[in-house]
Amino acid sequence: MVPFISNNVIKVGIAQMDVVKIPNTIRTSGLGSCVGVVLYDEMKKIAGMVHVMLPDSSLGRTDSINAAKFADTGIKGLIDLLKLEGVQVFRLKAKIAGGAQMFKFASDKDSMRIGPRNVEAVKNELRRNGIPLVAEDTGGSSGRTIEFDPETCKLSIRTVNQGVCVI
Amino acid sequence: MNQGQKITSLHLDVLKEIGNIGAAHAATALSDLLNKKIDMRVPKVEMVSFNDMMEFAGGAEKAVVGIFLRIEGDVEGSMFFILPIEQANQFIRRLICDDSFSLRDSQISEIGLSAMQEMGNILSGSYLSALSDFTGLKIYPTVPGLSVDMFGAIISIGLIEISQVSDHVIVINTSIFEDGMEDSNELKGHFFLLPDPDSFETIFKALGVS
Repeated sequence: MVPFISNNVIKVGIAQMDVVKIPNTIRTSGLGSCVGVVLYDEMKKIAGMVHVMLPDSSLGRTDSINAAKFADTGIKGLIDLLKLEGVQVFRLKAKIAGGAQMFKFASDKDSMRIGPRNVEAVKNELRRNGIPLVAEDTGGSSGRTIEFDPETCKLSIRTVNQGVCVI
Repeated sequence: MNQGQKITSLHLDVLKEIGNIGAAHAATALSDLLNKKIDMRVPKVEMVSFNDMMEFAGGAEKAVVGIFLRIEGDVEGSMFFILPIEQANQFIRRLICDDSFSLRDSQISEIGLSAMQEMGNILSGSYLSALSDFTGLKIYPTVPGLSVDMFGAIISIGLIEISQVSDHVIVINTSIFEDGMEDSNELKGHFFLLPDPDSFETIFKALGVS
């Protein structure tokens, strides 16, 4: 398999979500403190990806919220999208990547620690929905671009300095 | 966000002027530092979606040099100075008088990184002190952080504060470049000033356009 070369790549932007079926793949670029969450059904070969920015929808200070922005509403929203495709929740598994701390400097601001908080919130939400976390590449201080192939159920992760790894 | 309705063309002009004054001072500082003529482009002030923001400066995946700092005081927000890697290499080589320096080396020399960090300090400091003088507002920058990584991963940290109230960001975007290099995107530095949503009113009030 040659990662990152595919004719049909579905792109997921920041604070967005989408669903993919074979033979297509799904990708999100430039994850920093954000977390890319992939939920997939190995048998049906369907997967969904959400690019989460913030840990909890209670942080939102607006009337209408974009569900994909938050870990709690994002994962719930993605499960609902996958249900529409006929996926059963108990078959879902998860792989996640991201949650880096891009800049290391002392600050009291909570927003500087957002990466680890996002990862924690995603894991909590997966647990709450009984979805097993099969693999993760989280933390550190590098940006990541990730691509998931529902055929192989592998998640390719590219960084600027360490090349590509597959989980 | 109700900023969309509140902001008039007069407000946009004020924000452009802020970008103009800030970047002009930074360009002068850089020019003094490198003993080279540095030019700037007329600032752009835009309200864009997060995804549009990710496409600035060559796209979310593009590897860049990013200097990031938070602004505290009367006005709060995030500020970035983004340089293409090749341009950063040229600046650093000139600063440390070492033509072999490259940020793409596996072992990046400490002195080069330190020079880049210092350049970020000086440029963002001159941008913000000009802004403070112009508005009469107290502006305290945090110590800038340096990262060589994907543009999207770097810029998204500046969207965190804003994302709690909005899906759009108002960005004051100014580019600087070496004299004669205006058409080369590969060699253009960008200042992005992203005031937190609550700070716009303070800025407008200070400049008498509330």
